[in-house]
Amino acid sequence: MAEQTQPKKYSKPLPHLDEENRPWWEALQRHELYIQKCRECGDTRYYPRALCTSCMSAKTEWMKCSGRGKVYTFTTTYQNQTPGFRESIPYIMAYVELDEGLKMLTNIIDCAPEQVKIGMPVEVVYEDVTPEVTLAKFRPAR
Amino acid sequence: MSLSRKTAVAGVFEHPTRFAPDKSLFQIMGESVRGALDDAGLTIKDVNGVCTTGIGMSGMGIVGFCDYLNLTPNFVDSTSIGGSSFVAHTAHAAAAIHAGLCDVCVVVYGSTAASSRFAIGTGGGAGGSGDPCDQYEVPFGPTTVGAYAMIAQRHMHDYGTTSEQLAEIAVTMRLHAAKYREPITVADVLASRIISSPLHLLDCCIISDGGGALVITSAERARDLKKKPVYILGAGETVRHAARGKRDFLEIAAAQSGRLAFERAGVAHKDIDMAMIYDSFTITVLATLENLGFCKRGEGGAFVSGGRLRFDGDFPINTDGGGLSSNHPGMRGIFLVIEATKQLRCECGPRQVKDCKIALAHGTGGALGTRHSGATLILSNQ
Repeated sequence: MAEQTQPKKYSKPLPHLDEENRPWWEALQRHELYIQKCRECGDTRYYPRALCTSCMSAKTEWMKCSGRGKVYTFTTTYQNQTPGFRESIPYIMAYVELDEGLKMLTNIIDCAPEQVKIGMPVEVVYEDVTPEVTLAKFRPAR
Repeated sequence: MSLSRKTAVAGVFEHPTRFAPDKSLFQIMGESVRGALDDAGLTIKDVNGVCTTGIGMSGMGIVGFCDYLNLTPNFVDSTSIGGSSFVAHTAHAAAAIHAGLCDVCVVVYGSTAASSRFAIGTGGGAGGSGDPCDQYEVPFGPTTVGAYAMIAQRHMHDYGTTSEQLAEIAVTMRLHAAKYREPITVADVLASRIISSPLHLLDCCIISDGGGALVITSAERARDLKKKPVYILGAGETVRHAARGKRDFLEIAAAQSGRLAFERAGVAHKDIDMAMIYDSFTITVLATLENLGFCKRGEGGAFVSGGRLRFDGDFPINTDGGGLSSNHPGMRGIFLVIEATKQLRCECGPRQVKDCKIALAHGTGGALGTRHSGATLILSNQ
């Protein structure tokens, strides 16, 4: 009997979801990207956390992002011993500065290493990697 | 109250090993403590303060190490902020001695990174563990070298810094490590494979075993000991991180820890005769020199060029060969203080910096491109 091809198990490290960050990850599952804004002082923040780092208020508004931004800096990785990434080199890791002004660490995909440039406009791509986890990655803006 | 010249480094020892599969971690540390005490002319009976970190499996390795040497100190500090920890420990020991918490404090480190085959710079983070901030990074494949590479990439973009300029740092460190390794050229660095763009293999520190220890005591007591005291003039420490998504990534911890150390020491940049700058990667040196204020932001590429950083140059750094070429067992901070002390005692033979009176040591721990600490120490033989 011919061997059945199983979909490859996702082997890269996964984030730990808890009650503080779950709403953010659940929004990603719906393919929506959010940052937080303090209802008291208006300061925005990423990554999501319970308290405003400027005034310590717990009153938080979730702001939906446009999903657009620019590459702030990047590196193409040619060596990483971590399972999952070991098989994925080279890959591009970058900070993307969102149009909303915050920088987030991510991967640039659908882009050859020699194409990526600082300042390059990018747009979010949602990768559903497990039933619980969707990752916000970015590709060159179309 | 100023701590300046109230305490001193009285003894130092750099373990000669670079690969020690025949020794345990605590053995390397114990031999280092013995070496530093011999250097000072003290014995284990005099020790009543201990600082160490990054050792053992329990997260409280300092207690296990005290068990190993049968020590029951009055002061312990295991501040764990990465490779800079031992620079910070030196300042903490000085403050503790000055406050009367202990009299003779050893700062000690050991590691068997090479013989245990740790992938220090190119291992990634584990998933599901770590701190809240790690959860937004580990899915994207961060490595230590990658986090530094992103700083280099941005610096090149903003200021036109070149791979050749970074390579000269590696070439200079290799020259200083002549007793351990063959010399390299800028072309060798550029021809080595890219690990994480724009950093090449030879832009990265080596991985070795190693260890070292310091003996810190009051200036008064140090003056009666075997070696000429090296006084602690000032220190500073802090951290930098993503700053809720709003960080200027080319501003690093050294900007703040350096400013504090200079203010507290009461000296100026022009007074520094040599510096020990943590060199996990070539970009670490360039960014640190800018942030400490030895040159303006953006001018680091020109500053490190033309042989300036050589032991016989205008601004000698890392005369021991640094982490890039001498030893990097994972957390290198202790070697910065050891070599600065040796320079101030005029014990460095062919790599001795002429008329060395004031030295600066700056440790970086963690990763410049994600989270890191910086600890600065200013020392003098006068």
